[in-house]
Amino acid sequence: MPTVRSKRSFAPWADSTERPLLRIEELSRRFGGSAAVDKLSLDIYQGEFFALLGPSGCGKTTLLRLIAGFEQPDSGRIVLDGVDLAAVPPYRRPVNIMFQNYALFPHLNVEANVAFGLKQEGLAKAEIAHRVADMLAMVKLESFGRRKPHELSGGQRQRVALARALVKRPRVLLLDEPLAALDKKLRDQTRFELMDLQRKLGLTFVIVTHDQSEAMIVADRIGVMDHGWLRQVAQPADIYERPNSRWVADFVGDVNLFEGVVGEDGLSVEGTPAGTLRVAAKIDAKPGATVWLAVRPEKVRIAPEAPQPPPENCAAGTIVDIGYLGELTIYKLRLADGAIVTAAIANTGRAAERPIDWDERAWMSFAPEAAIVLTI
Amino acid sequence: MSPKRSFAEKLAVRIPYAWLLVFFLVPFLIVLRISLSQPALAQPPYAPLFNLLAGWHGITAFFGALSLDNYVLIGSDPLYLLSFVKSVEIAAFSTLLLLIIGYPIAYGITRTPRRVQAALMTLVMLPFWTAFLIRIYAWMNILQHDGPLNQLLMALHVVSTPPVWLATDTAIYIGIVYSYLPFMVLPLYATLEKLDESLLEAAADLGCRRSKIFWEVTLPLSAPGVLAGALLCFIPAVGEFVIPDLLGGSQAPMIGQTIWTEFFGNKDWPAAAAVAVALIGLLVTPIVIFQHQTMRAVEQA
Repeated sequence: MPTVRSKRSFAPWADSTERPLLRIEELSRRFGGSAAVDKLSLDIYQGEFFALLGPSGCGKTTLLRLIAGFEQPDSGRIVLDGVDLAAVPPYRRPVNIMFQNYALFPHLNVEANVAFGLKQEGLAKAEIAHRVADMLAMVKLESFGRRKPHELSGGQRQRVALARALVKRPRVLLLDEPLAALDKKLRDQTRFELMDLQRKLGLTFVIVTHDQSEAMIVADRIGVMDHGWLRQVAQPADIYERPNSRWVADFVGDVNLFEGVVGEDGLSVEGTPAGTLRVAAKIDAKPGATVWLAVRPEKVRIAPEAPQPPPENCAAGTIVDIGYLGELTIYKLRLADGAIVTAAIANTGRAAERPIDWDERAWMSFAPEAAIVLTI
Repeated sequence: MSPKRSFAEKLAVRIPYAWLLVFFLVPFLIVLRISLSQPALAQPPYAPLFNLLAGWHGITAFFGALSLDNYVLIGSDPLYLLSFVKSVEIAAFSTLLLLIIGYPIAYGITRTPRRVQAALMTLVMLPFWTAFLIRIYAWMNILQHDGPLNQLLMALHVVSTPPVWLATDTAIYIGIVYSYLPFMVLPLYATLEKLDESLLEAAADLGCRRSKIFWEVTLPLSAPGVLAGALLCFIPAVGEFVIPDLLGGSQAPMIGQTIWTEFFGNKDWPAAAAVAVALIGLLVTPIVIFQHQTMRAVEQA
């Protein structure tokens, strides 16, 4: 298994002496009969970029609204800087939210939108003007101050919304799907801008997204959320390389799952659709227990001839689907018992020695190190 | 595009204009022409008449006989000016009362669940199911000396002697506010109902208290509704005739009553027409221009 490196040497969660900035304890919020947030606990640290990733309806936006104060929890606590936020109304919480639809005031121009929050603090006019100008420069909107929101492009509106929330210097900035309304090119570019801005300001960001590549790129840690609780909280590379369950492995990226039982030696899984498969490290389960091997498609090799000598974890099948994506080609191989294995092959070299075609026989294989053992 | 379809399209665009031409512009021109005539004991009761049989000479004689005398008359007699001022005063104050009463009603309705909103709006419109005149007669009954209102006030010991309601300005205000309330609530409701909830949350998030959010966000964003409601009430209220005639007193008539008196009492059609034209020129035209410009500014925002 490849070593997992963090983007920067920033890991306060690993330091037991570090105190979290935002502590969420056993938080629950029910709507009608169903729990949108269900006894959720989470610590977020000063300067962290945290992503809440999950399918729509998993409760991630509700969690954000609970932190902002628009929803009241049925039970549990939210503690910011050691202060329980239960009794603090939204307008006095030192957190700001950037709404998915941006919620810019249509009757105010860009400057007035950004100044709105500072005016509520009762700051001096000169101070407000100074901070607004600084913030507009930071988001590269200096020359748009007099425009109304309807005179801006989607990307510009997004930056106004960001500026309006950031100018308040919040202890935590909450971002609800901040890039969802942008087109793909702009979204890709804005991800990096968002990340740079967060590093530069040293602020704590909590972003809600259903887009895993967005979460992977921007976040220090990702919380994978499902049905109101966190399935896994880890750094992006760990979420991908070491998912703790089939659900997480399947939700984040594509994955091949081989179900079988642990062999006597604890180093193999027997009775999978691809026969007996070997793993690199001793499995943390009793022999005979049912486990799943998760293998990412890019770690599956595919060959038109039976490899000689036969490697470990090799099985033959028929190609049923080929998808050419440019940088990658996706092969779908049907094994003898009907199970489908997906392989993603990078189109790096010149044409392969012999191209593999539809309905042809082919052999898949993967290294024991590539397999992740999952027990749930 | 087929020629047939383009004809239908042209027709669709022209029908509203034709409607305005036939039912607004032509009557207005007739009124304007009468306002430039002189009263006469004849049928119709004004002169000169258009005599096509006299040929070109008849046409020049007709135009030569038109004069601005009636405008000089209504400008010199303070009766007309007082009547005008009184109308504007009553209409303006009524509109203010309608806003103060109508805004909370419209706002309150938008705060209720969707299904309840439809029912409440039906209740607002319900009075229209009865004839307007009958409702005003009902108010005459309610407001009369020994009517239900005074009986109630006496029974509750709010007053010791029954106050006079009928033939006062108060009765006119009651009548106008009661009759015009739906016209105020409807446009306000339409605007407030569209108000994006997340804007209110954004304001709260940025540190704005609930009471301040109303003044800083809700009210400015409902300005188009306030403007539409105010104009919808103010313009007809200025020319209101039935309510002041049935509920109000006779000391200072509103402009509608003045026109009625000139027309039916004095049989002075030209003077009545001149008052009507002056009303349009002095009041309605500036308001329409103002509204047009404001709406354009609002639409851009």
